[in-house]
Amino acid sequence: MSKLTPVLSAHWDDKDSFTIAGYSRHGGYSSFKKALAMEPDAVIQIVKDSGLRGRGGAGFPTGTKWGFIPQGDNREHYFVVNADESEPGTCKDTPLLMANPHVLIEGIIIGSYAVRANHAFIYIRGEVSHVVRRLLQAIEDAYKAGFLGKNILGTGFNLELTLHIGAGAYICGEETALLDSLEGFRGQPRLRPPFPAIAGLYARPTVVNNVESVASVPAIIEKGAEWFSSMGSEKSKGFTLYSLSGHVKNPGQFEAPLGITLRELIDLAGGIRNGNKLKFWTPGGSSTPILTSEHLDIPLDYESVDAAGSMLGTKALQIFDETTCILRAVLRWTEFYKHESCGKCTPCREGTWWLVQMLGNLENGVGTEEDLAKLLDICENIGGRSFCALADGAIAPIISSLKYFRDDYLAHFKNGGCPIDPVASTLFVSAKVGA
Amino acid sequence: MSYDEKTNGQMDAIIARYPRSRSAIMPMLHLIQSRDGFVTPTGIEFISEKLGLTTAEVYAVATFYSQYKRKPVGEYHVGVCTNTLCAVMGGDAIFAGLKDHLGVGNDEVTNDGKISVEHIECNAACDYAPVVMVNWEFFDNQTVESAKTLVDDLRSGKNPAPTRGANKVSTFKETSELLAGFNDGHAEEGVQAGPATLLGLKIAKEMGAQL
Ligand SMILES: Cc1cc2nc3c(=O)[nH]c(=O)nc-3n(C[C@H](O)[C@H](O)[C@H](O)COP(=O)(O)O)c2cc1C
Ligand code: SF4
Ligand code: FES
Repeated sequence: MSKLTPVLSAHWDDKDSFTIAGYSRHGGYSSFKKALAMEPDAVIQIVKDSGLRGRGGAGFPTGTKWGFIPQGDNREHYFVVNADESEPGTCKDTPLLMANPHVLIEGIIIGSYAVRANHAFIYIRGEVSHVVRRLLQAIEDAYKAGFLGKNILGTGFNLELTLHIGAGAYICGEETALLDSLEGFRGQPRLRPPFPAIAGLYARPTVVNNVESVASVPAIIEKGAEWFSSMGSEKSKGFTLYSLSGHVKNPGQFEAPLGITLRELIDLAGGIRNGNKLKFWTPGGSSTPILTSEHLDIPLDYESVDAAGSMLGTKALQIFDETTCILRAVLRWTEFYKHESCGKCTPCREGTWWLVQMLGNLENGVGTEEDLAKLLDICENIGGRSFCALADGAIAPIISSLKYFRDDYLAHFKNGGCPIDPVASTLFVSAKVGA
Repeated sequence: MSYDEKTNGQMDAIIARYPRSRSAIMPMLHLIQSRDGFVTPTGIEFISEKLGLTTAEVYAVATFYSQYKRKPVGEYHVGVCTNTLCAVMGGDAIFAGLKDHLGVGNDEVTNDGKISVEHIECNAACDYAPVVMVNWEFFDNQTVESAKTLVDDLRSGKNPAPTRGANKVSTFKETSELLAGFNDGHAEEGVQAGPATLLGLKIAKEMGAQL
């Protein structure tokens, strides 16, 4: 069995893990001192060599992204952390920040230094009061310790760090919508190119990285690129947080090398609850096509999940057992995308609306096989024809569920409605059975 | 305008955080909610004057984001996650149970002004499903019964502690000031992590990981 490799989570069981003292006790805030003594380009090179890829969903190499920031251009650069975490199923950055906000701050100092940014921002979703508190406190404490502000520890490097608190909009996790939101506009995606590395925040060169990506950097600087790249699989290096939720006996966070399988993770989580059978799962949030029990043994790395017809995404493994109605699940996700569509482009704004109507009818048993073809047709007119990737995410659950569970759709017509008792899928049921 | 000196000072402090003043809109709107309980026309006008924008420009932003309310919410705003995973695990039953128990519909407030309830999207706590938020504090692994007890306690002033949060739930207005970026000094309270967060670490240690 692949071993778990707690690095980010290694000291989360210390009661004061979120304080500067708790973080420093295990060597925290030593890597940025090391980094600040190097040339910025050397820092970028280490991150490149480590093979670290973005943990926000797309898996873009972090060092390469940093390398895109033009140098010597005499303009301000910005370093922006994406802490919007709103992709359904995704629940890793939030507990990370609650348990250890300082590791993110240290990563920000290193990243900002590397790309020559003197102002960094954390864009956090507004629906997590206690994480906001922990971050505000951590930033204050880092300033007091002299790790942020002017002439940090006498190195001549200046860095301001601002926490920007969102107000409820999934689309603001998309990096260009995030930047518009941070500039004080409605959070709607921008046309790319130009990419944020060239014209990002206030049209200045900007890095946007996920919380987990940035938080992985201090350990890489401390222990070296080779240490990091010795873990994981060939093109997906290092360790990462896998989040198991739903119908496993013990849901939770598991930090493991990239390439661990769902079978291994479910095993660590105590199996499917009540001895039930796995029905379907998402590898990386609701925007990644669902998979089934056929896919238990694929390595959970970027390449292998791609090859299986889905995406590793945010490694948000939502597990559903046989008590779950696939239509109910898909309809609810579709309602989410309809609600969160920013309205900028027609296929997504109107299309998600139609999808909800159609799926609603199908769930109530109103429809024929022909409607399934129509459903797919609408999906094809949305995917790839919309302005941003939200729309591709919106159709992923529909297309993939029709691929694996067409019969479940048909059963709704035969039955004149949902054949599955919704109570059976609740947590209360497993509690009663005593799982 | 009708805001006191403290509020004015806080507005200026918000503007000072950013290289360009327009970025201050979102925290300013949170701050308006901390004073007025929702985004009022007076608040919009105040922001537009402060930032040199039209009220239409500020409205455009205020109406885009779901946390900005256009009418008063309860002192305790309860959000029940009904995104797929929580819904299936019991969120739908909890939401229906709470509406019934309180006699209100989605996004409505009880007559005493204490509680409003709303169904919300995934709140990044799926490993603690089903999840209920009160003024954006986590109440993990809820049942229909526990959620009813929770709102009863809030109404009777008992103020139960969140599962992972401060020692008590702040009011909606207090929370809005926090979300405007003003530290309320409660960061040290509450757990650093819940059991699901620590599960992988615990197993790794049992398997002999050296950390
Ligand atoms: C609709 C949508 C929502 C997204 N939400 C998030 C999010 O909440 N957090 C995140 O880090 N990335 C999110 N992303 C991905 C970002 O656009 C971006 O790729 C990422 O922040 C880059 O960071 P990384 O390279 O470190 O992964 C989202 C993308 C889309 C299309
Ligand atoms: S695809 Fe949807 S979310 Fe993206 S820009 Fe178009 S309307 Fe907005
Ligand atoms: S689905 Fe409810 S917190 Fe994620």
